[in-house]
Amino acid sequence: MDNDTGTDSTTTEASALKTGEVESHGFSAYIFNALFIEVASLTTFTLRFFKELLRPPYEFGELIKQSFLIGYKSLPLIGITGFIIGLVLTIQSRPTLAKFGATSWLPAMVAVSIIREIGPVISALIFAGKAGSGIGAELASMNVTEQIDAMQVSGTNPFKYLVVTRVLAATVTLPILIIFSDAIGLMGSFVAVNLKDHVSVSLYFSLIFQSLDFNDVFPALIKSVFFGFAIGMIGCYKGYTSNKGTEGVGKAANAAVVFASLMVFIIDMIAVQITSLFQG
Amino acid sequence: MRIEANETPVKQETLHSSPVVIEMEHLKKSFGKNHVLRDINFKVYEGENIVVLGKSGTGKSVLIKCIVGLLDIDDGKLVILGKNVADLKERELIEIHKKIGFLFQSAALYDSMSVRENLEFPLKRQLPVISNDAMELLVVEALKNVGLSDAIELSPSELSGGMRKRLGLARTLILKPEIMLYDEPTTGLDPITSKEISNLIMEVQKKNKTTSIIITHDIECAKLTANRIIVIKDGVFAAEGSFAELEKSADDWVRSFFE
Repeated sequence: MDNDTGTDSTTTEASALKTGEVESHGFSAYIFNALFIEVASLTTFTLRFFKELLRPPYEFGELIKQSFLIGYKSLPLIGITGFIIGLVLTIQSRPTLAKFGATSWLPAMVAVSIIREIGPVISALIFAGKAGSGIGAELASMNVTEQIDAMQVSGTNPFKYLVVTRVLAATVTLPILIIFSDAIGLMGSFVAVNLKDHVSVSLYFSLIFQSLDFNDVFPALIKSVFFGFAIGMIGCYKGYTSNKGTEGVGKAANAAVVFASLMVFIIDMIAVQITSLFQG
Repeated sequence: MRIEANETPVKQETLHSSPVVIEMEHLKKSFGKNHVLRDINFKVYEGENIVVLGKSGTGKSVLIKCIVGLLDIDDGKLVILGKNVADLKERELIEIHKKIGFLFQSAALYDSMSVRENLEFPLKRQLPVISNDAMELLVVEALKNVGLSDAIELSPSELSGGMRKRLGLARTLILKPEIMLYDEPTTGLDPITSKEISNLIMEVQKKNKTTSIIITHDIECAKLTANRIIVIKDGVFAAEGSFAELEKSADDWVRSFFE
Protein backbone atom coordinates (compact mmCIF):
# COMPACT_ATOMS: atom_id res chain seq x y z
CA MET A 1 0.00 0.00 0.00
CA ASP A 2 2.42 2.56 -1.25
CA ASN A 3 1.21 5.84 0.20
CA ASP A 4 -2.36 4.82 0.81
CA THR A 5 -3.81 8.06 -0.52
CA GLY A 6 -2.10 7.65 -3.90
CA THR A 7 -0.64 11.14 -3.78
CA ASP A 8 2.82 10.28 -5.05
CA SER A 9 1.68 8.41 -8.12
CA THR A 10 -0.80 11.14 -9.00
CA THR A 11 1.85 13.84 -8.60
CA THR A 12 4.39 11.94 -10.68
CA GLU A 13 1.90 11.29 -13.43
CA ALA A 14 0.75 14.88 -13.42
CA SER A 15 4.29 16.28 -13.62
CA ALA A 16 5.21 13.83 -16.37
CA LEU A 17 2.18 14.97 -18.32
CA LYS A 18 2.98 18.64 -17.83
CA THR A 19 6.58 18.37 -18.95
CA GLY A 20 6.39 15.79 -21.70
CA GLU A 21 2.90 15.38 -23.07
CA VAL A 22 2.07 19.00 -23.78
CA GLU A 23 5.24 19.51 -25.81
CA SER A 24 5.18 16.25 -27.74
CA HIS A 25 1.47 15.65 -28.41
CA GLY A 26 -0.20 19.03 -28.01
CA PHE A 27 -2.74 20.42 -25.63
CA SER A 28 -5.72 18.26 -26.67
CA ALA A 29 -3.71 15.06 -26.09
CA TYR A 30 -2.69 16.39 -22.70
CA ILE A 31 -6.31 17.08 -21.74
CA PHE A 32 -7.40 13.67 -23.03
CA ASN A 33 -4.66 11.89 -21.07
CA ALA A 34 -5.40 13.87 -17.90
CA LEU A 35 -9.10 13.03 -18.22
CA PHE A 36 -8.33 9.37 -18.87
CA ILE A 37 -6.08 9.17 -15.80
CA GLU A 38 -8.71 10.91 -13.65
CA VAL A 39 -11.49 8.58 -14.78
CA ALA A 40 -9.28 5.50 -14.28
CA SER A 41 -8.25 6.73 -10.85
CA LEU A 42 -11.86 7.43 -9.81
CA THR A 43 -12.93 4.01 -11.09
CA THR A 44 -10.19 2.29 -9.06
CA PHE A 45 -11.24 4.32 -6.03
CA THR A 46 -14.89 3.30 -6.50
CA LEU A 47 -13.99 -0.39 -6.91
CA ARG A 48 -11.96 -0.17 -3.72
CA PHE A 49 -15.02 1.27 -1.97
CA PHE A 50 -17.10 -1.80 -2.85
CA LYS A 51 -14.27 -4.14 -1.81
CA GLU A 52 -13.85 -2.43 1.57
CA LEU A 53 -17.62 -2.13 2.05
CA LEU A 54 -18.02 -5.90 2.16
CA ARG A 55 -15.01 -6.67 4.37
CA PRO A 56 -15.35 -6.60 8.18
CA PRO A 57 -14.95 -4.83 10.55
CA TYR A 58 -17.94 -2.58 9.89
CA GLU A 59 -17.78 0.99 11.18
CA PHE A 60 -21.41 1.42 12.32
CA GLY A 61 -20.61 4.03 14.96
CA GLU A 62 -18.79 6.27 12.49
CA LEU A 63 -21.55 5.72 9.88
CA ILE A 64 -24.20 7.01 12.31
CA LYS A 65 -21.98 9.96 13.28
CA GLN A 66 -21.40 10.88 9.64
CA SER A 67 -25.10 10.49 8.80
CA PHE A 68 -25.81 13.02 11.53
CA LEU A 69 -23.06 15.42 10.41
CA ILE A 70 -23.72 15.12 6.68
CA GLY A 71 -27.48 14.61 6.68
CA TYR A 72 -29.05 16.17 9.74
CA LYS A 73 -26.92 19.30 9.57
CA SER A 74 -27.95 19.86 5.93
CA LEU A 75 -31.62 19.78 6.90
CA PRO A 76 -32.18 23.55 7.49
CA LEU A 77 -30.47 24.60 4.24
CA ILE A 78 -32.28 21.99 2.16
CA GLY A 79 -35.59 22.88 3.85
CA ILE A 80 -35.28 26.62 3.23
CA THR A 81 -34.23 26.04 -0.38
CA GLY A 82 -37.13 23.66 -0.94
CA PHE A 83 -39.65 26.14 0.46
CA ILE A 84 -38.36 28.99 -1.73
CA ILE A 85 -38.35 26.80 -4.84
CA GLY A 86 -41.98 25.74 -4.24
CA LEU A 87 -43.03 29.32 -3.60
CA VAL A 88 -41.22 30.84 -6.59
CA LEU A 89 -42.20 28.09 -9.03
CA THR A 90 -45.87 28.57 -8.16
CA ILE A 91 -45.76 32.37 -8.43
CA GLN A 92 -43.89 32.21 -11.76
CA SER A 93 -46.14 29.53 -13.27
CA ARG A 94 -49.45 31.15 -12.38
CA PRO A 95 -49.54 33.87 -15.13
CA THR A 96 -48.83 31.35 -17.91
CA LEU A 97 -51.50 28.94 -16.70
CA ALA A 98 -53.91 31.86 -16.20
CA LYS A 99 -53.59 32.76 -19.90
CA PHE A 100 -55.05 29.35 -20.76
CA GLY A 101 -57.55 29.44 -17.90
CA ALA A 102 -55.82 26.49 -16.28
CA THR A 103 -54.92 27.83 -12.83
CA SER A 104 -56.71 24.84 -11.30
CA TRP A 105 -53.85 22.76 -12.70
CA LEU A 106 -51.30 24.75 -10.72
CA PRO A 107 -50.95 22.37 -7.73
CA ALA A 108 -50.63 19.33 -9.98
CA MET A 109 -48.08 20.97 -12.28
CA VAL A 110 -45.95 22.25 -9.41
CA ALA A 111 -46.11 18.90 -7.59
CA VAL A 112 -45.00 16.91 -10.62
CA SER A 113 -42.21 19.41 -11.35
CA ILE A 114 -40.93 19.41 -7.80
CA ILE A 115 -41.13 15.69 -7.14
CA ARG A 116 -39.91 14.44 -10.50
CA GLU A 117 -37.16 16.91 -11.25
CA ILE A 118 -36.64 20.19 -9.45
CA GLY A 119 -36.70 18.89 -5.87
CA PRO A 120 -34.12 16.10 -6.35
CA VAL A 121 -31.80 18.11 -8.61
CA ILE A 122 -31.80 21.36 -6.61
CA SER A 123 -31.45 19.48 -3.30
CA ALA A 124 -28.59 17.41 -4.74
CA LEU A 125 -26.80 20.55 -5.94
CA ILE A 126 -27.20 22.18 -2.52
CA PHE A 127 -26.00 18.95 -0.91
CA ALA A 128 -22.98 18.86 -3.25
CA GLY A 129 -22.13 22.42 -2.21
CA LYS A 130 -22.47 21.76 1.49
CA ALA A 131 -21.64 18.12 2.18
CA GLY A 132 -19.49 17.41 -0.92
CA SER A 133 -17.17 20.35 -0.36
CA GLY A 134 -17.09 19.63 3.39
CA ILE A 135 -16.02 16.04 2.82
CA GLY A 136 -13.41 17.08 0.23
CA ALA A 137 -11.91 19.77 2.45
CA GLU A 138 -11.95 17.64 5.60
CA LEU A 139 -10.21 14.65 4.03
CA ALA A 140 -7.71 16.85 2.16
CA SER A 141 -6.91 18.64 5.41
CA MET A 142 -6.44 15.30 7.17
CA ASN A 143 -4.15 14.28 4.32
CA VAL A 144 -2.04 17.44 4.62
CA THR A 145 -1.65 17.11 8.38
CA GLU A 146 -0.76 13.40 8.12
CA GLN A 147 -3.87 12.36 10.10
CA ILE A 148 -4.69 9.70 7.50
CA ASP A 149 -1.17 8.27 7.80
CA ALA A 150 -1.51 8.39 11.60
CA MET A 151 -4.71 6.34 11.38
CA GLN A 152 -3.00 3.77 9.21
CA VAL A 153 -0.05 3.55 11.60
CA SER A 154 -2.40 3.02 14.56
CA GLY A 155 -3.84 -0.10 12.92
CA THR A 156 -6.97 1.49 11.43
CA ASN A 157 -7.93 1.12 7.78
CA PRO A 158 -8.40 4.82 6.92
CA PHE A 159 -10.23 4.09 3.68
CA LYS A 160 -12.87 2.05 5.49
CA TYR A 161 -13.12 4.45 8.42
CA LEU A 162 -13.18 7.71 6.45
CA VAL A 163 -14.33 6.96 2.91
CA VAL A 164 -16.77 4.05 3.21
CA THR A 165 -18.68 5.67 6.07
CA ARG A 166 -18.98 9.06 4.37
CA VAL A 167 -20.08 7.66 1.01
CA LEU A 168 -22.69 5.45 2.71
CA ALA A 169 -23.90 8.34 4.86
CA ALA A 170 -24.32 10.56 1.77
CA THR A 171 -26.09 7.75 -0.14
CA VAL A 172 -28.54 7.08 2.68
CA THR A 173 -29.25 10.63 3.83
CA LEU A 174 -29.71 12.46 0.51
CA PRO A 175 -32.93 10.58 -0.49
CA ILE A 176 -34.35 11.35 2.97
CA LEU A 177 -33.37 15.01 2.59
CA ILE A 178 -34.98 15.11 -0.84
CA ILE A 179 -38.29 13.70 0.49
CA PHE A 180 -38.14 16.37 3.20
CA SER A 181 -37.30 19.09 0.67
CA ASP A 182 -40.16 18.00 -1.63
CA ALA A 183 -42.63 18.16 1.28
CA ILE A 184 -41.43 21.62 2.31
CA GLY A 185 -41.49 22.72 -1.36
CA LEU A 186 -45.14 21.69 -1.65
CA MET A 187 -45.86 23.67 1.52
CA GLY A 188 -44.18 26.68 -0.11
CA SER A 189 -46.36 26.16 -3.16
CA PHE A 190 -49.47 26.02 -0.94
CA VAL A 191 -48.49 29.36 0.60
CA ALA A 192 -47.97 30.87 -2.88
CA VAL A 193 -51.35 29.57 -4.12
CA ASN A 194 -53.05 31.14 -1.09
CA LEU A 195 -51.49 34.51 -1.75
CA LYS A 196 -54.10 35.01 -4.51
CA ASP A 197 -56.66 32.24 -4.02
CA HIS A 198 -58.13 30.60 -0.97
CA VAL A 199 -57.54 26.87 -1.11
CA SER A 200 -57.81 24.61 1.92
CA VAL A 201 -54.90 22.33 2.87
CA SER A 202 -56.97 19.20 2.34
CA LEU A 203 -58.15 20.30 -1.13
CA TYR A 204 -54.66 21.40 -2.15
CA PHE A 205 -53.02 18.14 -1.15
CA SER A 206 -55.82 16.00 -2.55
CA LEU A 207 -55.26 17.74 -5.93
CA ILE A 208 -51.54 16.97 -5.61
CA PHE A 209 -51.98 13.30 -4.71
CA GLN A 210 -54.48 12.81 -7.54
CA SER A 211 -51.93 14.08 -10.02
CA LEU A 212 -49.03 11.92 -8.80
CA ASP A 213 -48.47 8.24 -9.50
CA PHE A 214 -45.78 5.62 -8.94
CA ASN A 215 -43.83 6.69 -12.05
CA ASP A 216 -43.39 10.19 -10.63
CA VAL A 217 -42.16 9.20 -7.18
CA PHE A 218 -40.16 5.99 -7.56
CA PRO A 219 -37.68 7.02 -10.32
CA ALA A 220 -36.99 10.28 -8.46
CA LEU A 221 -36.22 8.35 -5.30
CA ILE A 222 -33.93 5.92 -7.12
CA LYS A 223 -31.97 8.68 -8.84
CA SER A 224 -31.56 10.53 -5.55
CA VAL A 225 -29.74 7.44 -4.19
CA PHE A 226 -27.30 7.71 -7.11
CA PHE A 227 -26.94 11.47 -6.55
CA GLY A 228 -25.97 10.85 -2.92
CA PHE A 229 -23.52 8.10 -3.85
CA ALA A 230 -21.86 10.26 -6.53
CA ILE A 231 -21.56 13.32 -4.28
CA GLY A 232 -20.10 11.28 -1.39
CA MET A 233 -17.74 9.37 -3.66
CA ILE A 234 -16.42 12.43 -5.52
CA GLY A 235 -15.99 14.40 -2.28
CA CYS A 236 -14.04 11.54 -0.73
CA TYR A 237 -12.00 10.90 -3.87
CA LYS A 238 -10.97 14.54 -4.24
CA GLY A 239 -10.11 14.88 -0.55
CA TYR A 240 -8.43 11.54 -0.02
CA THR A 241 -6.20 11.79 -3.10
CA SER A 242 -5.46 15.51 -2.86
CA ASN A 243 -1.91 16.73 -3.30
CA LYS A 244 -0.10 17.62 -0.12
CA GLY A 245 -0.14 21.25 0.89
CA THR A 246 -2.72 23.79 1.96
CA GLU A 247 -3.41 24.69 -1.66
CA GLY A 248 -4.58 21.11 -2.14
CA VAL A 249 -7.31 21.56 0.50
CA GLY A 250 -8.95 24.44 -1.37
CA LYS A 251 -8.58 22.68 -4.71
CA ALA A 252 -10.10 19.48 -3.31
CA ALA A 253 -13.13 21.33 -1.90
CA ASN A 254 -13.62 23.25 -5.14
CA ALA A 255 -13.17 20.24 -7.40
CA ALA A 256 -15.52 18.17 -5.23
CA VAL A 257 -18.36 20.68 -5.75
CA VAL A 258 -17.71 21.19 -9.46
CA PHE A 259 -17.43 17.49 -10.37
CA ALA A 260 -20.24 16.39 -8.05
CA SER A 261 -22.59 19.04 -9.52
CA LEU A 262 -21.67 17.96 -13.04
CA MET A 263 -22.22 14.34 -12.09
CA VAL A 264 -25.68 15.19 -10.71
CA PHE A 265 -26.72 16.53 -14.14
CA ILE A 266 -25.19 13.54 -15.96
CA ILE A 267 -26.98 11.05 -13.69
CA ASP A 268 -30.21 13.05 -14.08
CA MET A 269 -29.90 12.94 -17.86
CA ILE A 270 -29.37 9.17 -17.83
CA ALA A 271 -32.21 8.66 -15.31
CA VAL A 272 -34.64 10.66 -17.47
CA GLN A 273 -33.74 8.56 -20.52
CA ILE A 274 -34.21 5.29 -18.64
CA THR A 275 -37.50 6.46 -17.07
CA SER A 276 -38.86 7.55 -20.45
CA LEU A 277 -38.10 4.08 -21.85
CA PHE A 278 -40.34 2.48 -19.22
CA GLN A 279 -43.03 5.11 -19.56
CA GLY A 280 -43.18 4.62 -23.31
CA MET B 1 13.11 10.35 36.22
CA ARG B 2 14.51 13.21 34.15
CA ILE B 3 17.68 12.58 32.16
CA GLU B 4 19.94 15.55 31.84
CA ALA B 5 21.82 16.55 28.72
CA ASN B 6 25.20 15.64 30.14
CA GLU B 7 24.08 12.09 30.94
CA THR B 8 25.48 9.87 28.18
CA PRO B 9 23.31 7.22 26.55
CA VAL B 10 24.25 3.53 26.77
CA LYS B 11 27.41 2.60 24.86
CA GLN B 12 26.74 1.10 21.42
CA GLU B 13 29.15 -1.82 22.00
CA THR B 14 26.92 -3.02 24.86
CA LEU B 15 23.84 -2.92 22.62
CA HIS B 16 25.41 -4.81 19.71
CA SER B 17 25.18 -8.01 21.76
CA SER B 18 21.36 -7.53 21.91
CA PRO B 19 18.98 -9.09 19.36
CA VAL B 20 18.52 -7.33 16.03
CA VAL B 21 15.13 -5.59 15.85
CA ILE B 22 15.32 -4.03 12.38
CA GLU B 23 17.59 -5.13 9.55
CA MET B 24 17.88 -3.57 6.11
CA GLU B 25 19.88 -4.95 3.19
CA HIS B 26 20.32 -3.11 -0.11
CA LEU B 27 17.06 -1.25 0.47
CA LYS B 28 15.95 0.96 -2.41
CA LYS B 29 13.07 3.40 -2.84
CA SER B 30 12.35 5.72 -5.75
CA PHE B 31 9.58 8.15 -6.71
CA GLY B 32 9.55 8.14 -10.50
CA LYS B 33 13.05 9.06 -11.60
CA ASN B 34 13.96 10.39 -8.16
CA HIS B 35 16.00 7.64 -6.46
CA VAL B 36 15.62 8.62 -2.81
CA LEU B 37 17.10 5.56 -1.09
CA ARG B 38 19.77 3.94 -3.25
CA ASP B 39 21.37 1.24 -1.12
CA ILE B 40 20.61 1.24 2.58
CA ASN B 41 22.20 -1.41 4.80
CA PHE B 42 21.97 -1.34 8.58
CA LYS B 43 20.90 -3.14 11.73
CA VAL B 44 19.13 -1.73 14.75
CA TYR B 45 19.63 -3.58 18.02
CA GLU B 46 17.12 -3.95 20.83
CA GLY B 47 17.10 -0.98 23.19
CA GLU B 48 19.16 1.16 20.83
CA ASN B 49 18.48 4.82 20.06
CA ILE B 50 19.61 5.59 16.52
CA VAL B 51 19.62 9.15 15.25
CA VAL B 52 19.52 9.69 11.47
CA LEU B 53 20.97 12.96 10.20
CA GLY B 54 21.11 14.35 6.68
CA LYS B 55 20.14 17.29 4.52
CA SER B 56 16.48 17.89 3.78
CA GLY B 57 15.16 15.69 0.98
CA THR B 58 17.77 12.95 1.40
CA GLY B 59 15.21 10.30 2.33
CA LYS B 60 15.35 10.22 6.13
CA SER B 61 11.58 10.34 6.56
CA VAL B 62 11.13 7.96 3.62
CA LEU B 63 13.34 5.48 5.46
CA ILE B 64 11.15 5.33 8.56
CA LYS B 65 7.94 5.45 6.51
CA CYS B 66 9.19 2.27 4.77
CA ILE B 67 9.74 0.67 8.18
CA VAL B 68 6.25 1.51 9.45
CA GLY B 69 4.58 0.44 6.19
CA LEU B 70 3.39 3.82 4.94
CA LEU B 71 5.60 3.28 1.89
CA ASP B 72 6.54 0.06 0.13
CA ILE B 73 10.18 -0.59 -0.65
CA ASP B 74 11.15 -1.08 -4.30
CA ASP B 75 13.99 -3.51 -3.76
CA GLY B 76 16.11 -5.04 -1.01
CA LYS B 77 15.34 -6.78 2.25
CA LEU B 78 13.57 -5.39 5.30
CA VAL B 79 13.40 -7.58 8.41
CA ILE B 80 11.39 -6.32 11.41
CA LEU B 81 11.37 -8.24 14.71
CA GLY B 82 12.85 -11.26 12.93
CA LYS B 83 10.29 -11.36 10.12
CA ASN B 84 11.01 -10.54 6.49
CA VAL B 85 8.35 -8.04 5.48
CA ALA B 86 8.26 -9.35 1.89
CA ASP B 87 7.18 -12.82 3.09
CA LEU B 88 4.33 -11.61 5.28
CA LYS B 89 0.64 -11.67 4.43
CA GLU B 90 -1.41 -8.50 4.92
CA ARG B 91 -2.77 -9.58 8.32
CA GLU B 92 0.72 -10.55 9.59
CA LEU B 93 2.08 -7.25 8.34
CA ILE B 94 -0.60 -5.34 10.26
CA GLU B 95 0.35 -7.27 13.43
CA ILE B 96 4.02 -6.30 12.96
CA HIS B 97 3.11 -2.66 12.34
CA LYS B 98 1.06 -2.61 15.55
CA LYS B 99 4.34 -3.08 17.43
CA ILE B 100 5.76 0.08 15.87
CA GLY B 101 4.95 3.57 17.13
CA PHE B 102 5.38 6.61 14.90
CA LEU B 103 5.57 10.22 16.06
CA PHE B 104 4.83 12.44 13.08
CA GLN B 105 6.62 15.74 12.49
CA SER B 106 3.30 17.59 12.79
CA ALA B 107 2.12 15.25 15.60
CA ALA B 108 -0.84 14.41 13.28
CA LEU B 109 -3.46 14.88 15.99
CA TYR B 110 -7.08 14.27 15.02
CA ASP B 111 -8.50 17.80 14.95
CA SER B 112 -12.12 16.69 15.21
CA MET B 113 -11.46 14.85 18.49
CA SER B 114 -10.60 16.07 21.99
CA VAL B 115 -7.33 15.18 23.73
CA ARG B 116 -9.13 12.31 25.49
CA GLU B 117 -10.63 11.01 22.24
CA ASN B 118 -7.24 11.23 20.50
CA LEU B 119 -5.88 8.82 23.10
CA GLU B 120 -8.96 6.59 23.18
CA PHE B 121 -8.99 6.19 19.39
CA PRO B 122 -5.99 3.81 19.07
CA LEU B 123 -7.12 1.89 22.17
CA LYS B 124 -10.61 1.32 20.77
CA ARG B 125 -9.18 0.24 17.41
CA GLN B 126 -6.59 -2.18 18.72
CA LEU B 127 -8.24 -3.35 21.95
CA PRO B 128 -11.94 -3.54 21.01
CA VAL B 129 -12.95 -5.38 24.21
CA ILE B 130 -11.31 -2.94 26.62
CA SER B 131 -13.59 -1.67 29.41
CA ASN B 132 -14.26 2.04 29.90
CA ASP B 133 -12.54 1.98 33.32
CA ALA B 134 -9.41 0.34 31.94
CA MET B 135 -9.35 2.79 29.06
CA GLU B 136 -9.71 5.75 31.43
CA LEU B 137 -6.78 4.47 33.50
CA LEU B 138 -4.57 4.13 30.42
CA VAL B 139 -5.54 7.58 29.13
CA VAL B 140 -4.85 9.27 32.47
CA GLU B 141 -1.52 7.44 32.85
CA ALA B 142 -0.45 8.32 29.29
CA LEU B 143 -1.20 12.01 29.84
CA LYS B 144 0.54 11.99 33.21
CA ASN B 145 3.67 10.49 31.61
CA VAL B 146 3.93 13.43 29.21
CA GLY B 147 2.86 16.08 31.72
CA LEU B 148 -0.51 16.87 30.11
CA SER B 149 -2.92 15.70 32.82
CA ASP B 150 -4.75 19.04 32.87
CA ALA B 151 -5.35 19.06 29.12
CA ILE B 152 -7.60 15.99 28.93
CA GLU B 153 -10.77 17.84 27.91
CA LEU B 154 -9.10 20.35 25.57
CA SER B 155 -9.14 20.13 21.79
CA PRO B 156 -5.86 19.92 19.82
CA SER B 157 -6.35 23.47 18.49
CA GLU B 158 -6.03 24.76 22.05
CA LEU B 159 -2.59 23.19 22.55
CA SER B 160 0.83 24.78 21.95
CA GLY B 161 3.40 23.20 19.59
CA GLY B 162 5.22 21.47 22.44
CA MET B 163 1.97 20.19 23.96
CA ARG B 164 0.88 18.83 20.58
CA LYS B 165 4.16 16.91 20.28
CA ARG B 166 3.70 15.56 23.81
CA LEU B 167 0.15 14.48 23.04
CA GLY B 168 1.31 12.86 19.79
CA LEU B 169 3.90 10.97 21.80
CA ALA B 170 1.33 9.94 24.43
CA ARG B 171 -1.04 8.69 21.72
CA THR B 172 1.74 6.59 20.21
CA LEU B 173 3.02 5.25 23.52
CA ILE B 174 -0.40 4.30 24.88
CA LEU B 175 -0.19 1.09 22.84
CA LYS B 176 3.27 0.33 24.30
CA PRO B 177 5.12 -0.22 21.01
CA GLU B 178 8.39 -2.17 20.90
CA ILE B 179 9.87 0.15 18.29
CA MET B 180 9.48 3.95 18.23
CA LEU B 181 10.10 6.03 15.12
CA TYR B 182 10.37 9.78 15.58
CA ASP B 183 10.10 12.07 12.55
CA GLU B 184 11.80 15.35 13.52
CA PRO B 185 10.37 15.42 17.05
CA THR B 186 11.80 18.83 17.97
CA THR B 187 11.25 20.73 14.70
CA GLY B 188 9.56 24.09 15.18
CA LEU B 189 10.01 24.13 18.96
CA ASP B 190 12.00 26.55 21.11
CA PRO B 191 15.27 25.24 22.64
CA ILE B 192 13.75 24.65 26.09
CA THR B 193 10.76 22.70 24.75
CA SER B 194 13.08 20.82 22.37
CA LYS B 195 15.17 19.73 25.33
CA GLU B 196 12.04 18.67 27.20
CA ILE B 197 10.96 16.53 24.24
CA SER B 198 14.46 15.03 23.97
CA ASN B 199 14.35 14.22 27.69
CA LEU B 200 10.93 12.67 27.22
CA ILE B 201 12.26 10.44 24.44
CA MET B 202 14.98 9.21 26.81
CA GLU B 203 12.49 8.67 29.62
CA VAL B 204 10.28 6.63 27.29
CA GLN B 205 13.24 4.58 26.16
CA LYS B 206 14.28 3.83 29.74
CA LYS B 207 10.78 3.14 31.03
CA ASN B 208 9.43 1.01 28.16
CA LYS B 209 12.79 -0.33 26.91
CA THR B 210 11.84 0.61 23.37
CA THR B 211 14.12 0.67 20.38
CA SER B 212 14.08 4.05 18.64
CA ILE B 213 15.01 5.64 15.35
CA ILE B 214 15.01 9.42 15.54
CA ILE B 215 15.09 11.61 12.44
CA THR B 216 16.28 15.07 13.39
CA HIS B 217 18.18 18.19 12.38
CA ASP B 218 18.52 19.17 16.03
CA ILE B 219 22.10 18.43 17.09
CA GLU B 220 21.27 18.94 20.77
CA CYS B 221 18.53 16.32 20.47
CA ALA B 222 20.97 13.98 18.68
CA LYS B 223 23.62 14.52 21.37
CA LEU B 224 21.17 13.80 24.15
CA THR B 225 19.40 10.77 22.70
CA ALA B 226 21.74 8.91 20.33
CA ASN B 227 23.60 5.69 21.05
CA ARG B 228 24.57 5.72 17.40
CA ILE B 229 24.27 8.32 14.65
CA ILE B 230 23.86 7.60 10.95
CA VAL B 231 24.35 10.30 8.32
CA ILE B 232 22.55 9.90 4.98
CA LYS B 233 23.88 11.50 1.81
CA ASP B 234 22.42 10.94 -1.69
CA GLY B 235 20.39 7.92 -0.60
CA VAL B 236 23.22 5.98 1.04
CA PHE B 237 24.80 6.00 4.48
CA ALA B 238 27.72 8.43 4.40
CA ALA B 239 28.87 7.95 7.99
CA GLU B 240 28.06 6.03 11.14
CA GLY B 241 29.30 6.26 14.72
CA SER B 242 28.80 7.83 18.11
CA PHE B 243 28.26 11.55 18.52
CA ALA B 244 31.83 12.01 19.74
CA GLU B 245 33.26 10.07 16.78
CA LEU B 246 31.30 11.89 14.10
CA GLU B 247 31.92 15.25 15.69
CA LYS B 248 35.63 14.68 14.97
CA SER B 249 35.08 13.07 11.56
CA ALA B 250 37.78 13.57 8.94
CA ASP B 251 35.00 14.25 6.40
CA ASP B 252 34.25 18.00 6.32
CA TRP B 253 30.68 17.41 5.11
CA VAL B 254 29.89 15.06 8.00
CA ARG B 255 31.60 17.32 10.52
CA SER B 256 29.60 20.31 9.26
CA PHE B 257 26.44 18.83 10.86
CA PHE B 258 28.01 19.12 14.29
CA GLU B 259 29.35 22.66 13.98
